[in-house]
Amino acid sequence: MSEKINSTEGGVEPSILENAQVSRRKFFNYAGLSAAVMVAGTACQKDYRGGIPTAPFAQNDPKNKPENTVNLGKGDIGILNYAYALEQLEAAFYIKVVSSFYSGASAKEQEYLTDIRDHEIAHREFFKNVLGDKAIGNLLVDFSSINFNDRGSVLGTAKAFEDLGVSAYNGAGQLLQSPDYLLFAGKIVSVEARHAATIRDLISYGSFADSDVVNEQGLDVVRTPQEVLAIADKFIVTKIIANNLPTS
Amino acid sequence: MNLQNIITEIEKVDPEVYDRLDTRRSAMKQFAFAGKVLAAAAIPTALGSMFNKAYGRNSNDIVGVLQFALTLEYLEAEFYNKGLAMNVIAGEDIPAFQVIAKHENAHVALLISTIQALGGTPVPKPTFDFTAGNGSMAGPFTGVFSNYNLYLAVSQTFEDTGVRAYKGQATHLMSNDAVLTAALRIHSVEARHASHVREIRRRRKDNGTDGGLVVGLLQPWITLNQSGIASPAVQPSYNGEELTTQAGINIVGINGFDISAEDASEAFDEPLTKEQVLMIVDPFIV
Repeated sequence: MSEKINSTEGGVEPSILENAQVSRRKFFNYAGLSAAVMVAGTACQKDYRGGIPTAPFAQNDPKNKPENTVNLGKGDIGILNYAYALEQLEAAFYIKVVSSFYSGASAKEQEYLTDIRDHEIAHREFFKNVLGDKAIGNLLVDFSSINFNDRGSVLGTAKAFEDLGVSAYNGAGQLLQSPDYLLFAGKIVSVEARHAATIRDLISYGSFADSDVVNEQGLDVVRTPQEVLAIADKFIVTKIIANNLPTS
Repeated sequence: MNLQNIITEIEKVDPEVYDRLDTRRSAMKQFAFAGKVLAAAAIPTALGSMFNKAYGRNSNDIVGVLQFALTLEYLEAEFYNKGLAMNVIAGEDIPAFQVIAKHENAHVALLISTIQALGGTPVPKPTFDFTAGNGSMAGPFTGVFSNYNLYLAVSQTFEDTGVRAYKGQATHLMSNDAVLTAALRIHSVEARHASHVREIRRRRKDNGTDGGLVVGLLQPWITLNQSGIASPAVQPSYNGEELTTQAGINIVGINGFDISAEDASEAFDEPLTKEQVLMIVDPFIV
């Protein structure tokens, strides 16, 4: 990450609250429009704004400056923004999944995926509120590589996201200074691990803790923010500046 | 990293550094051993922990936490080793419990070697009474190794409790990054186990083979303070999970989203204190 950026932590501008208001109105407008578009059978754009159900959103969040770039910031705020970014990605994915299930989705699969969506929205909004005016804006996501009509594609992506989330929180714990934030990360990561195991069991019953994620010492997967963001990059259009995050 | 240089630098500020490290040689040995046990990338933090020890901060706390964790892992490991040996587990689920048993035994081994690396003496394995009868072998879970549904109920309780126990200790491990990260990585494995055991029980309820032991809609995550188990004996493991407010933020309906109290409680697992966990496991320890 060599891109230059002004050092405003979290890419936050003073007008953030007004922008958030505008965003919220846009949210409902686009959501309503989207539903109509979907019914009419018109092709949706492939980009989905974080957390907005199937909204064709070609604009960048005006909050993200320079255009379509976010700076996670430094210290604990940076780590919380990192978690917020991942939760945005996950929530956007499950919102899209639940908005129109793949063909052949069983009743239990629909039940589980709907619950997971709600958990991820809860996580996302929690971080947004904790961060307040330090929160990054909404990310533009790109799910064009996912076939939302195909069970294998959806569950395979869900598995990748959940295992990635587990590894991210496991790696981020030691980067936090605040015991309170560490506890919140702990409260969330075990739920992500429950999701990961559930999705894995849906794909292949009994694969909840296979050796590709849990090693011989019985330790779960762990990744640095840099490793996680490199993997997530494929799904995120917004450029994420993470080079101010703590490294130890 | 040149360890000698670092210590030489510290010596300039604190001439008694060698005295503070038990002796220089044993400190080095301890450091080398910790390096073997923990990942190579964690060595700088292991070094940090050595100095924490030298300056009297936290190492006792950390060893104490690890001893507590070891006791819980002994409990889990023996429960699964015994379950596999006593043929209580349905054939289709044996591979899953072999995986779980392997992890719990690995956790025991890792905790023992880490406690030793930090200069502690691992606590011995207690004698267990898996009926929760405090040694009477006639507690509320009598028949746990002959009744698979009961075995599953106790397994779920152990795993969910284990998740809460590790979560409650994380903040006590912050002075040692390597140990904290290892604990977090165990914590999420316990959550994977919990999820799968809950899924086994859910399937048995759905196909009518749960023996009436599954209560309500059981899912891989914890809804409110519901155990999903037809036994009041397990309730202390679930009390407190019903929380729907985090950091003073009400998660129900957060920012206008349709998040129910059930969703809000499921989205966050809650910690238990060491004292709460010890109360829960006490009936299992003779």
